[in-house]
Amino acid sequence: MKKKINKIKGFSIQFMPYSEIRGLSSDERIKSILKIVLGNSILLLQGRLKPEEETRLIGDTMAMMGHVKNFRGIELAVVSGNGKEKLFARMRKGIANAIFRGDLGAITIIGPATIVKEIKRNPKKIELFLNG
Amino acid sequence: MAWKIKNFFGGIFKFFKGKKDIKLGFYGPPNAGKTSLANRICKDFTGEEMGSVSKIPHETRNVQFKEKVEISYKGKKLIFKMVDTPGIATKIDYEDFLKYKVKKKDAKKRAKEATQGVIESIKWLDDMDIVAVVLDASQNPYDQVNITIIGNLAARKIPVLIIANKVDLKKADFKKVEAAFPEYKVIGISARYGKNLDKFYEEVFKLTKKI
Repeated sequence: MKKKINKIKGFSIQFMPYSEIRGLSSDERIKSILKIVLGNSILLLQGRLKPEEETRLIGDTMAMMGHVKNFRGIELAVVSGNGKEKLFARMRKGIANAIFRGDLGAITIIGPATIVKEIKRNPKKIELFLNG
Repeated sequence: MAWKIKNFFGGIFKFFKGKKDIKLGFYGPPNAGKTSLANRICKDFTGEEMGSVSKIPHETRNVQFKEKVEISYKGKKLIFKMVDTPGIATKIDYEDFLKYKVKKKDAKKRAKEATQGVIESIKWLDDMDIVAVVLDASQNPYDQVNITIIGNLAARKIPVLIIANKVDLKKADFKKVEAAFPEYKVIGISARYGKNLDKFYEEVFKLTKKI
């Protein structure tokens, strides 16, 4: 029996190497990220933002809601690890890195909430649920 | 001589600074039980509650304060300024409130106020002396919002205590919360039933030494 798969329309996935934001100020980083997310793209950013930039991103997206049509916020997740450890250890290390410092081996996933329904993360896997 | 004068006034300043109320913030995602915990503490020590609670997320949409809350624990007393903050989220959709039979107009208003609440919560991060990050022990602790909040507090060198609330629920998984944050002290409580609050007070008193 065939499974029914919902069609998802109108989005792209964009990869941004860390070198693209390395020289930018926090303001400029947030701006360039929001530009991509508002363009209905899911951004895969190499590395991670500083903790204060993450909260700034959340604050700015909240401020935009109600001002940008159909914008309902973002989904955000940081994945980290060097691939040598077991998956569980990697996830735990990822959280420690996420809290204490930046990590070039990390990937930050940011998508508009209208497209990305949920990013579910646990020690065993990461799942990206899209709005069908 | 100038150095001695500076030291003298510095000492006086430190003495009065030490007498200031300790700002204890309650942070976390929506519906984790921040207000329930703050209410429980305030009720125990002042006889009054701080704010209303609800099953509908984003019930607290403004930062709420309770001044001069004197908490006693094992013969010691400390005065706190309690700061209960709106839940931090990366997205807010008014349609989520409709599931709770909230009218569309009210749901939109609630969503708008909730977005302002998130902004307000973030602004207040810098002003805290100690923060209790309240998580729902029945939910996935690996949510990025939790990590972002704790990461910000660590960057600001603000002492943090992680509270795994709702341990009375069948789905609650205290060990999972503990495993997610191995660098931090995690306390499992039930704000609703007042379970394990002694442990909470003990850890809060310990944290005050790190301010």
